Amino acid sequence: MSILVLCEHDGGTFKKTATELLGKATGLAGALGTTVSALVLGDAPAASLGAYGATKVFQVSGDFSSYDTDVAVAALRAGIDAAAPSAVLAPASFLGKDALPRVVAQLGTGQGTECTDLRVDGGQIVGRRPIYAGKAYCDVRVGKTPAVYTVRANSFAQPAAGGGSAEVVAVPFSAPTPRLTLVERKRPETTVVDLTEADRIVSGGRSVKSKESYDSLIRPLAAALGATPGASRACVDAGYAPHDHQVGQTGKVVNPSLYIACGISGAIQHLAGMRTSKVIVAINTDPGAPIFEHATYGLVSDIFETCPALTARIQALD
Amino acid sequence: MKIAVCAKVAPDTATPRITAKGDGSGIDTTGIKFVVSPYDLFAVTEGIVLKEQGKASAVHLFTVGGDSDVTVLRGGALALGAEDLTLVDDPALAEADSLAVARSLAAAIGQGEFGLVLCGKQAVDHDNVQVPAMLAELLGWPHVSLVDDLVIDGDGFTATRNVGGGVAEVVKGTLPAVVTCDKGLVEPRYAKLPDIMKAKQKKVHKKTLGDLGLSAADVAPAATYTAYGEPPPRPKGRMLEGDVAGMVDQLVDALRNEAKVL
Repeated sequence: MSILVLCEHDGGTFKKTATELLGKATGLAGALGTTVSALVLGDAPAASLGAYGATKVFQVSGDFSSYDTDVAVAALRAGIDAAAPSAVLAPASFLGKDALPRVVAQLGTGQGTECTDLRVDGGQIVGRRPIYAGKAYCDVRVGKTPAVYTVRANSFAQPAAGGGSAEVVAVPFSAPTPRLTLVERKRPETTVVDLTEADRIVSGGRSVKSKESYDSLIRPLAAALGATPGASRACVDAGYAPHDHQVGQTGKVVNPSLYIACGISGAIQHLAGMRTSKVIVAINTDPGAPIFEHATYGLVSDIFETCPALTARIQALD
Repeated sequence: MKIAVCAKVAPDTATPRITAKGDGSGIDTTGIKFVVSPYDLFAVTEGIVLKEQGKASAVHLFTVGGDSDVTVLRGGALALGAEDLTLVDDPALAEADSLAVARSLAAAIGQGEFGLVLCGKQAVDHDNVQVPAMLAELLGWPHVSLVDDLVIDGDGFTATRNVGGGVAEVVKGTLPAVVTCDKGLVEPRYAKLPDIMKAKQKKVHKKTLGDLGLSAADVAPAATYTAYGEPPPRPKGRMLEGDVAGMVDQLVDALRNEAKVL
């Protein structure tokens, strides 16, 4: 009755959420007197997860390079059935949101979504999670087995790699016939980490004034920092940035280490979407802008002057 | 083809603060304006647009809740041109979790013959992102999440979903299916007063769990929510001073040596 951690990988390289969750699960398992197992879909160096606390890795065989909901659901189910865990921890990623709830419905259990903290209380795992896009918080307890919790990226510290190696258990799997056909995958010109998983974000607001200046102010600063570009609703609605860039209550809720808000006044819906960022930098000409009440560092200045200067300064760092 | 739209009532996203009740058992709803949850409004509007385009014959609304939700949905969703509203209302649903809601909706929608179920990608209260996928599982239908483009062609459909990192996938399938609506799918509509007045005549079908062939045990929650409270406070920040070049130098120094994020 171990804790099973869904470890996602990108073409064989484990995502940061995989080790982040294993690290947290190891602490929880210690308090519960149980062990940590990992669940891996497809070809990835499964045994290496032992260095982060997994004693067993259930590896579902198959090609999962192209995502299909039906295939993902069946594979997750096969892995969970093989591991028979008391709890499942998974990232609140596309897979965690698209496929996992179907598995939870099949198993007749419950799911705590997008927790930002997990603890052991009364012999069970309890999640703490933002609700109303972070305007309030609550605890969630899943009283059936397996108890499923998804976790927001960057909620826990990355563990240091130890010396362990995990036993790999191959889970035989024959994929169901997908009911949907993938026609086309459209990739952006430059591949970036998704806003919800990004460790650094540079967002532009209405003050950006045009798509051209979004592209010449925000994107270069983001590129210099290795950050994902984001935007306020006003910036998206004005057409300066695509809608999948929107951060906020009706956009993406983000949790980076560094969030730089450029020309964003700080509408309540935007603040709700980024308030858990560890460090917030606000650049705005209006000293009365609400964003400054939430900023770690505030600069009352013009983004047209400040963003290029900051970009150049970052590029000059060794 | 008939469309079922699942819609929920939630606090207006402009609500500046959400406070917990003193005992932490839930949120204090005093003074909060409730609206059709924004992503659900995309779903309702998309249903109406498909009807206007002749792709659908009728749009029926479904919700799990109570009488106060009916008032909001009448003016905010029925008034946009939906035929009627089915309200699943039962005391056993007071502490319903996502699977309980999905089971209720699946039972209610299963009593009709629908080709398409539209849902918002998530409700803006508990942000659980669970009910639509669970509903599809219970109906035995495929689903497509986070859709910002949808084309219906006979009994086939083509949908574009946002899978993260700016990657969009175009998928094709056969109806029936569940689709969850993301921003960009359709410009949401807000009802005009004469339509809101007319919507007062529209039918609301109240269903108990018994009416749907479900028992209280079927909706006993696995997930329970307690200890509602405020977000953790943020440490106080500081304003940088000087000219732009000076502030930029101070900022980079602070990010590197104080906050240690560079």
